[in-house]
Amino acid sequence: MRFGVVVFPGSNCDYDCYYVLSQVLEVDTVFIWHGDKDLKDCDCIVLPGGFSYGDYLRAGAIARFSPVMEAVKEFAEDGGLVIGICNGFQVLTEAGILPGALLPNKGGRFICRQTYLRVENNQTPFTLLFTPGEVVKIPIAHQQGNFFIDPLYQEEIKKQIAFRYCSSQGEVDANHNPNGSWENVAGIISKEGNILGMMPHPERAAEKILGSEDGRRVFLSVIKWWEEKRWK
Amino acid sequence: MEVMNGESVAKELGLREEEYERILSILGRVPTPTEIAMFSVEWSEHCGYPHSRKWLELLPREGKFSPLLGEDAGGIVYDGLAVVFKMESHNHPSQVEPKQGAATGIGGIIRDILGSGARPIACLDSLHFGPREDERSLYVYRGVIEGIAFYGNCVGVPTVAGEVYLYPAFQGNCLVNVMCLGIAPREKLTQAKAQGEGNYIIYVGNKTGRDGIGGCSILASQEFGVKEEKRPSVQIGDPFTEKCLIEATLEALDTGHVIGVKDMGAAGLTCSTSEMAASGGSGVEINLDLVPLREEGMEPWEIMMSESQERMLLCVERGYEKKIIQIFHKWGLEGEIIGEVKNTGKVTIKYQGEIVADIPALELTKPPVYTPSREKPLYLDEINNFSLHSIPPPSNYEEVLLHLVSSENLSSRHPVFEQYDHMVGINTVRLPGLGTVVLRVKGKKWGIAVTTDCNPLYCYLSPREGAKMAVAEAARNLSACGARPAGVTDCLNFGNPEKPDRYWQFVEAIEGLSEACRFFGIPVVSGNVSFYNENPQGTIFPTPTIGMVGIVEEIEKAVTAGFKEDDLIVVLLGETKEELGGSEYLRVIHHREEGPPPQVDLPKEKALQELLITLVKEEILSSAIDLSEGGLALALVESSVVEENPRGVMVDLDCLGDIREDVLLFGESGGRALVSVRGESLNSLQRFAREIGIPYQVIGKTGGEKLIIKKGEKLLVSLPVEELKSCWEGSLGE
Repeated sequence: MRFGVVVFPGSNCDYDCYYVLSQVLEVDTVFIWHGDKDLKDCDCIVLPGGFSYGDYLRAGAIARFSPVMEAVKEFAEDGGLVIGICNGFQVLTEAGILPGALLPNKGGRFICRQTYLRVENNQTPFTLLFTPGEVVKIPIAHQQGNFFIDPLYQEEIKKQIAFRYCSSQGEVDANHNPNGSWENVAGIISKEGNILGMMPHPERAAEKILGSEDGRRVFLSVIKWWEEKRWK
Repeated sequence: MEVMNGESVAKELGLREEEYERILSILGRVPTPTEIAMFSVEWSEHCGYPHSRKWLELLPREGKFSPLLGEDAGGIVYDGLAVVFKMESHNHPSQVEPKQGAATGIGGIIRDILGSGARPIACLDSLHFGPREDERSLYVYRGVIEGIAFYGNCVGVPTVAGEVYLYPAFQGNCLVNVMCLGIAPREKLTQAKAQGEGNYIIYVGNKTGRDGIGGCSILASQEFGVKEEKRPSVQIGDPFTEKCLIEATLEALDTGHVIGVKDMGAAGLTCSTSEMAASGGSGVEINLDLVPLREEGMEPWEIMMSESQERMLLCVERGYEKKIIQIFHKWGLEGEIIGEVKNTGKVTIKYQGEIVADIPALELTKPPVYTPSREKPLYLDEINNFSLHSIPPPSNYEEVLLHLVSSENLSSRHPVFEQYDHMVGINTVRLPGLGTVVLRVKGKKWGIAVTTDCNPLYCYLSPREGAKMAVAEAARNLSACGARPAGVTDCLNFGNPEKPDRYWQFVEAIEGLSEACRFFGIPVVSGNVSFYNENPQGTIFPTPTIGMVGIVEEIEKAVTAGFKEDDLIVVLLGETKEELGGSEYLRVIHHREEGPPPQVDLPKEKALQELLITLVKEEILSSAIDLSEGGLALALVESSVVEENPRGVMVDLDCLGDIREDVLLFGESGGRALVSVRGESLNSLQRFAREIGIPYQVIGKTGGEKLIIKKGEKLLVSLPVEELKSCWEGSLGE
């Protein structure tokens, strides 16, 4: 299988994702330039973190108009696997590919720190190597990660929550919500389950030397899922 | 600037009368307004170092690692890889417009590293402000941190370490010293040169506007006056463009057709054209009509002086210009041929068909040297007479400790650095806050440790000893994680050099700095001098900030500061002397800024570095932290609380001899470190310490939920570590 990491001008975690996929996990990985519509036969598209187009106007607001996003949208509608990390998650919500919006953090500041996440759903291509309720350690680094969803859709979206911020013991509460997200949401999947958006950076937690290997299981899940084709 | 004639213009732009005379003799005619502007920026204190150049020659350039000395940034070579680094000040712009001042400081130092051909992989910043009770100081403090976050996070270079200190002496003139570090294969480095007649000079990056005109000559090379009209001299930063500029420039360099590259920072086009011509031993001819401009009607001298951000100048092999320009266009950046290399030895500037400047490049880049008279300041004799008997020992050590732990200069910097992305690039393997920061180099077994250091109060009390201590502390800090100090970049912040007492401080400090670096065998590979750090109330504390880079041979072995398990044996390395002068304890608890500061024993410092490096290499240590501000007590607190789960410790200071308790706890004697080891490793530790000649004392054991400090039968402190942790972390949180 092949991963494609999209490079927007201003992406800054593109190489980190590329490194983890190609060097650490040793899977076929290519870069995809924002101006291209050709997804190069990739099986999973990664929208990396950073400040695409400077995040001017609003995080992710300009990136959604780029040529590559037309192709990503089509790819996703056909059931292709897409992971949006941090700014990539913001781009996916701006593009309407995932529901909700990412508002400025409660407190207004950029926050870079390790966070604990509780795995809420392991029946997805991105989380099948986790156990339900498992607590994992993956860092965040963002200024706009406060997940918001219209009350009308809240009930529906609850089923789509993939990760929630929690304590090291797995308690999900306001004390362990770094940015004010609704329901402590750290990551959600699409209704069909083929798209994941998450604010924490799994590529920053994919090697022992960086203090956590929990993040690599997000990518390994995708690889395993792909190999087994067990998702329909 | 309306009447553009001769001497008055020169004076307006900060040139002296004798400098104007020299310009007349170089040119053999009256200079044009553009030429005056160009001389004024090239010869300014900020670009030309007229007051410091002579003294900078004292600094050692050789060391244990092979040094790399370049135009903008120097470095060291290790394992075939160039590690390039430099520190620079952006003090005055940050005082005037904190957010943009700090942001553009980051942008500028990143481009310095980029200009050497290295990929920037980490930033550090050493910040000094007035106390936050002062409204303006708080505004500057917040703005600077916001600016660093705004620019650094977006540009994708992690901000991994640094310092934040608050002293009244920086009220009205903050210090924002920014450092960047980059890496590149040795053979990939480029120089800032223009060479080969007919080769093209290509302008890339942002358009040129009127921002930052005179930033270096007017803003950075004069004191703040009573009348503040300097805001238009501050530049505006665009980190998104800088990010694209980094990628595009590295891609262009990879083609192998770029002969030279230089950032357009201070003094913009003037500096880049003249220095590239001078170091290439050639000349350049530039047509200003081709420079991409942001606004209409800019005068030639404005174009030459503008400090608009995110611009670079390249010298490109003829025949490859299109290929290079395409790369920049792909990244959405300007890329224009604006001139070519000539074998004239001159910088020739054309505008609307006329020559507006024609200056020998070498003369332009040879500013005058000044060594005005200097005089020992009077205050020194009065404030260096502190006697221990003049203060009573505290009656309650717990109160004192809690007060210090939550004081502005000793509390955790976590609330600050968590606003910076310190992880992007996935190289930060020892994160800030856990001890010395260590970066990996992907694919290598070794790593790079980085730190900045300077205690301005020590330097105020004794510029020479303070500077030596800054070097010693930085080296101690690196060796505590197991890194061997390899290279130094310095950022020397002082007052007005034309005032004899300020100039004396500068020369003393640079001599101390030089002595310490020479003794330790650490080359000073790059640096920056910032004078005129004054405000109407007086001068700043002299602050020679040291940025130091070290090499950890086996990165997996690098040690952090926190206690990691129960029943570890806690050992104090080094000798505690009866010193309290210059300490934070004396300043914060007794409100006395008095000396003498701790004396620096260079041989002992060097031996301690060796011991720590050996102990880490032999995998004897479980944790290590160097002792600095706040002394032993603060080191104990930090080791107890920095890990995710705080851990108690019980120590007895009786073995440290008959020294007053407050000195034992809070004295800041140099050459010391606090380490913890497992029981079975204690013998090896003792053996190495004896061999290397460092005194050691087993003072206690980890475990429990309290920090307990005794001296014999007397209980000095018994506090829950959770309480200490929340005190320590809460203070800068606002």
